[in-house]
Amino acid sequence: MIRTPLRPLARILRARETGENPDAIEAANRAQRHAVIQERARGSARTRLFFMSCAFALAFGTVGAKMGVLASSQPSEPRVQTTGAQIISQRADITDRHGRVLATNLLTHSLYAHPQQMVEPERAARELVRIFPDLEIERLNKDFSGKRSFVWIKKKISPEQMQAVHDIGEPGLLFGPREMRLYPNGHIAAHILGGATFGKEDVASAEVVGVAGVEKAFDHWLRDPANDGAPLMLSLDLTVQAAMEEVLGNGMKVMNAKGATGILMEIKTGEIVAMASLPDFDPNDRPRPLLKGDPSDSPLFNRAVQGQYELGSTFKIFPVAQAIDLKLVSPTTMINAKAPMKIGKYLINEFRGHNYGTLSVTDIIVKSSNVGTVRVAQLLGADRQRDFLEKLGFFEPTLIEMSEAPTGKPLVPKRWPAVTSATVAFGHGLAASPLHLAAAYATVANGGKRVMPTLIHDRSQRGGEQVLSPEAARIAVQMLRQVVVRGSGRSANVEGYEVAGKTGTADKPRPTGGYYGNKVVSTFASVFPASDPQYVLVLSLDEPSAIGAGGESRTAGATSAPVAAEVIRRVAPLLGLRPSTETQLPMVERPLPDRLKLVSN
Amino acid sequence: MRSVLYLLTALAVMGLAFWAYRENYRTQAAISEMSDIQRQIGRLREDLGVLRAEWAYLNRPERLRQLVDLNFERLKLVPFGSDQFVDVGQVAFPAPKAPEPATDPETGADVPVERPAGYPPRRPQESTP
Repeated sequence: MIRTPLRPLARILRARETGENPDAIEAANRAQRHAVIQERARGSARTRLFFMSCAFALAFGTVGAKMGVLASSQPSEPRVQTTGAQIISQRADITDRHGRVLATNLLTHSLYAHPQQMVEPERAARELVRIFPDLEIERLNKDFSGKRSFVWIKKKISPEQMQAVHDIGEPGLLFGPREMRLYPNGHIAAHILGGATFGKEDVASAEVVGVAGVEKAFDHWLRDPANDGAPLMLSLDLTVQAAMEEVLGNGMKVMNAKGATGILMEIKTGEIVAMASLPDFDPNDRPRPLLKGDPSDSPLFNRAVQGQYELGSTFKIFPVAQAIDLKLVSPTTMINAKAPMKIGKYLINEFRGHNYGTLSVTDIIVKSSNVGTVRVAQLLGADRQRDFLEKLGFFEPTLIEMSEAPTGKPLVPKRWPAVTSATVAFGHGLAASPLHLAAAYATVANGGKRVMPTLIHDRSQRGGEQVLSPEAARIAVQMLRQVVVRGSGRSANVEGYEVAGKTGTADKPRPTGGYYGNKVVSTFASVFPASDPQYVLVLSLDEPSAIGAGGESRTAGATSAPVAAEVIRRVAPLLGLRPSTETQLPMVERPLPDRLKLVSN
Repeated sequence: MRSVLYLLTALAVMGLAFWAYRENYRTQAAISEMSDIQRQIGRLREDLGVLRAEWAYLNRPERLRQLVDLNFERLKLVPFGSDQFVDVGQVAFPAPKAPEPATDPETGADVPVERPAGYPPRRPQESTP
């Protein structure tokens, strides 16, 4: 291309000749040149814009096309990508520590009706009432003949009932699949498991949600598909739990008690091996909660966790163990336990008006002297006593994995004047659940290291805080052993298992204030075997009375201690504890058929 | 030359089309077989759940206790007690019986027992009591 000069000489000369301004020629040429440059720039910008709009159209077109495809296509499960079988039940099983099933799911059906599609509504209603006697025919007739287009009839039906409904041959009766929660062991561990019910319901499926106990506490975990159907393994042992419930039930009958509770806990880990509360219920058919009256009368009430009882003399070991830990007393220190003792305007008496005079610290525990314990508690002072009980966990609800745990908050006195400090020392004025007591006894028996009760098997826990020196803890267990050897707990002795424990009989407080004269809660808290504590058993009977040789008796030594002994006798072999016997059985030589002796080198 | 090339190309295209057609159908068959198996696994899992529930239900401690009571005459089962812990050395074994006289090889028990068709032949340790 030939570039046009801005000032072409020929034209300039010509312009000069004619007297025109040569600058006008330059300006015209410059303008022409600029116009060309502008035209070129516009062209390239247009091309760029064209490509840009193409790219945008392509991108939005792709998105739009994908949206169109998604909107118009039929949904289907990805069949090729799924690896492995993904079909798992919607709620995980619950098993005991050996994998025996405590709660599982069962596929059943629900029954619903579309009354508008019914051919013979009256006949269908008649037949349905014949199959399900609990339905009302008037109600069904009203539902089927009205304007309703959908009616639930039954939430869960058995296969036989389903077949019978099929045989009615009514097209308006329809079935929806349901997963139902099943507790195959019935009443066993009912309070721990709780129960389940249907949440959001639909024709095709229904949500199963836990309503109490472990089912509610682990509701999210049990329904989490990320667990891939892994069962929830509890620390319970089904055999031990069943044996304990049986013995406890019999004990409750023999002792004419209103209720009973027992907790068996592993000391080293805090795992609860068995926990029962009677009366109980069937979690497959959970009763409705009481709307009026005392909730503790309902079978739903879990005495072991929710009960708030003044646990009586079982508390005496705590001030004594603490005093030994602080080196204020030794087991042989003599303490003046002359009854009655006066604190302010209150008199502290011994059980049945005894007067023990001067006792050693061991004998205070063995004879369960109120006055002696109060004297030891006075050596400690209210602040230190309260701190120790707080460290043992008596001020907070237990952290056990049940939905009821927060309701078991102990009733603790707000202020600690001298008289409160004295009564708490022998277990009155502070109401805690039997589970609190079990945890505290486990702490003492665990060499003074704090034990947290748990229901989950093999959960790694941090080591507890040291609340008592191992030496003081060992002495405390030895004192408890003395109670069973020669004290109030003699009836709890089980040959070979070195039971160490403490009885506690506490008058029940009236709801109106004051105490009942003839209603008690008798508790036996024990540790076995004393030489190497493995398990804690806390057993509590509500309003027991034993008719023995000496007439009626309500003391724990006559009521809960023998029941506890029976529990230990039944349960200890099941736990694999070998009895320690003094006389060994002789070894028998096995006669061999060829009369040869095998020798191992 | 060129026509041969065209012919070969056309044949190759036809062959590839046939192969793709077959692969497509084989894939679809495999997918539907897989979903069948998945469904079957689901059904079997359901059955397994029912069987596990039934097993747990039949082994519930209450029923076992009833069975023990019913069969007490024959079995004489009592709860496991602490006196049942013994070492193997403390158990008295019965004295061995005198060895039986050798059986006649011709009429003896060493003749292989006739088993129904489809069963493997009896292994020697199966016949020892």
